[in-house]
Amino acid sequence: MPRPEVMSWLRKRFFPHLWCPGCGHGIIMHAILRALIDSGKTKEQTVIASGIGCSSRMPGYIDACTIHTTHGRSLAFATGIKLANPELTIVDVMGDGDCTAIGGNHFIHACRRNIGITAVVMNNNIYGMTGGQASPTTPLGAKATTAPYGAIDPPFDVCKLAQGAGATYVARTTVAQPVLCEQYIKNGIANRGFSVIEILTNCHTQFGRRNNLRTPVDNLNFFKKNSVPLAKAQGMTPADLEGKIVTGEFVKREAPEYTDLYRSLVERIGGDER
Amino acid sequence: MPRVEFWQGNASIAQGALAAGCRFFGGYPITPSSEIAEVMAAELPAHNGRFIQMEDEIAGIAAAIGGSVAGFKAMTATSGPGFSLKQENLGLAYMAEIPLVVVDVMRGGPSTGLPTSIAQQDVMQARWGTHGDHATIAYAPSSVQECFEVAIKAFNMAERFRQPVLIMSDEVLGHMREKVVVPDRETYTIVNRKKPSCAPDVFMPYKPDPEDNLPPMASFGDGYRWHITGLTHNEWGFPTNCPEEIAKKTARLMDKVNAYRDDIVEFETESVEDARIIVVAFGSVARTALSAVRMARSKGLKVGYFRPIVLWPFPDRELEALAEKAGKLIVPELNYGQMVNEVERSVHGKAGITQMSLVNGELFQPSEILEKIEEVAR
Ligand SMILES: Cc1ncc(C[n+]2csc(CCOP(=O)(O)OP(=O)(O)O)c2C)c(N)n1
Ligand code: SF4
Repeated sequence: MPRPEVMSWLRKRFFPHLWCPGCGHGIIMHAILRALIDSGKTKEQTVIASGIGCSSRMPGYIDACTIHTTHGRSLAFATGIKLANPELTIVDVMGDGDCTAIGGNHFIHACRRNIGITAVVMNNNIYGMTGGQASPTTPLGAKATTAPYGAIDPPFDVCKLAQGAGATYVARTTVAQPVLCEQYIKNGIANRGFSVIEILTNCHTQFGRRNNLRTPVDNLNFFKKNSVPLAKAQGMTPADLEGKIVTGEFVKREAPEYTDLYRSLVERIGGDER
Repeated sequence: MPRVEFWQGNASIAQGALAAGCRFFGGYPITPSSEIAEVMAAELPAHNGRFIQMEDEIAGIAAAIGGSVAGFKAMTATSGPGFSLKQENLGLAYMAEIPLVVVDVMRGGPSTGLPTSIAQQDVMQARWGTHGDHATIAYAPSSVQECFEVAIKAFNMAERFRQPVLIMSDEVLGHMREKVVVPDRETYTIVNRKKPSCAPDVFMPYKPDPEDNLPPMASFGDGYRWHITGLTHNEWGFPTNCPEEIAKKTARLMDKVNAYRDDIVEFETESVEDARIIVVAFGSVARTALSAVRMARSKGLKVGYFRPIVLWPFPDRELEALAEKAGKLIVPELNYGQMVNEVERSVHGKAGITQMSLVNGELFQPSEILEKIEEVAR
């Protein structure tokens, strides 16, 4: 049972939720709530934003200021909210399709601006909500309803993308490590700029079913078996790393945050409080 | 003392927005609308506002909606291709009932079309551009002075009805410079959105107040917790599949404008009392139409002029009454016939309608409209 504080952040009026039993998205929601509570955030000053997808249904279940936007666009909405009120803590939850396909442009620009938003990318390597179509993170050869003979499109590495585009905190873990999920999200929230936490999660219903990972337990075992912590991965060859999930904190750096830059601009030109 | 300025139409819309209290702009540059963003970029940081140039038009309207959700009066501005890109998020603003002003400075289309030439081809896109049923409020100014005035009205309507409001300008108006008499602040009304007064735990963001059937709106960060979604939702803002709740929500989206139609509809007329022919035109074309009507009058022809200032909802009843008396209408517009369909719908066959279409990147000449008046008068 989750802690009572966690229960108090749930919008029980909204339940039952629509996630399949055993879907990894619930583990991530729990980790986000623990991270927010332990970071001392209040529901009134916390915004949870999302696009469209199974993962993106999360904001509805959280009793904060929540906005379920259009597919792929949540970071653009969240950018407006943050610029309007930089005091708000914003966690933007996205599926892999939401973040890296239709929302790819908004994602790289949010990284570039280093705006103070924590993006949690719930990567299940598939389009869960629409019935198992391939996503930009579907591994080569994996089967999807729109890749019945196996995917031939090379997948994105979400963390490298975020790092290359300028995010100041970038980490990856899996739902098999809920304590690390919570820790990384907490670190992401503590970072003043744009943070990306990629969490590998299971969609046994749409991905697992077609790729020999039929049950939630199969998926968790897969994540445990194939995760390699960053320190260990650094001593491994590319061949050894084939098919592995490198986990850890890839980027932790200081850079000016966007709304801070905006505030300095206002001060520089002597903007008034009209 | 009212101030006198010499502004472009685009600058005038931006200044009107600022006068209305707009303090948030999210956008993406596109000709012929970019000057609106440029004025906002210069003014907003200096006046406790926020300006952001986003990565595309989709993000521009998204950021503006975000600004509005966080309590700012917000605007975005664009032209044809960008207006197309904004449609999905415009729909979200209708569904989620977020106040917002969207400016479309019309240029020729389809596609990239004519970036630097006038057209009036987005009349129907303004009404039905985003999918699904919703009620539209769209202003169509025809002078630089009016650009300023409708910007204020557009914000007032957006805040009052909790929905997006459109300003349909055009390339000629956007770039034309004219004298603007900036009214004193005391001479115009400013409407701010209705805020909830209940305790946060019982706030239902989509429950209309019984007296006006309009729901109050909280802002993120002001102590209320609520859910926003583009899914059809109940009064708590939670998604619903219940037929009664779906019907109620959709009906209220339509009723917001239908029930207050008389407060929204605006038009201008000249010489219609004894007219046998009325020229119906909007935007920049209305200026040409008015010259033609005056020329015809000087030749002794009984011709009148009718100009919708609000295109949606269309001034149908008012036009019908005048059309019935006159018997003949001429409808010039810079498209292959968009507003003319509304004119036809409005007059219920009580007047003969002559359509004039021009799509070549230019405006009608007054003489062309005058010739048509003379032809119809014969
Ligand atoms: C503009 C638009 N295009 C397509 C869709 C259909 N759609 C809904 S969710 C989704 C993908 C969801 O996948 P992902 O983001 O990975 O989230 P998941 O459901 O796997 O959690 C798609 C394609 C949509 N809602 N809007
Ligand atoms: S379809 Fe997949 S992603 Fe969606 S709820 Fe079920 S398991 Fe989760």
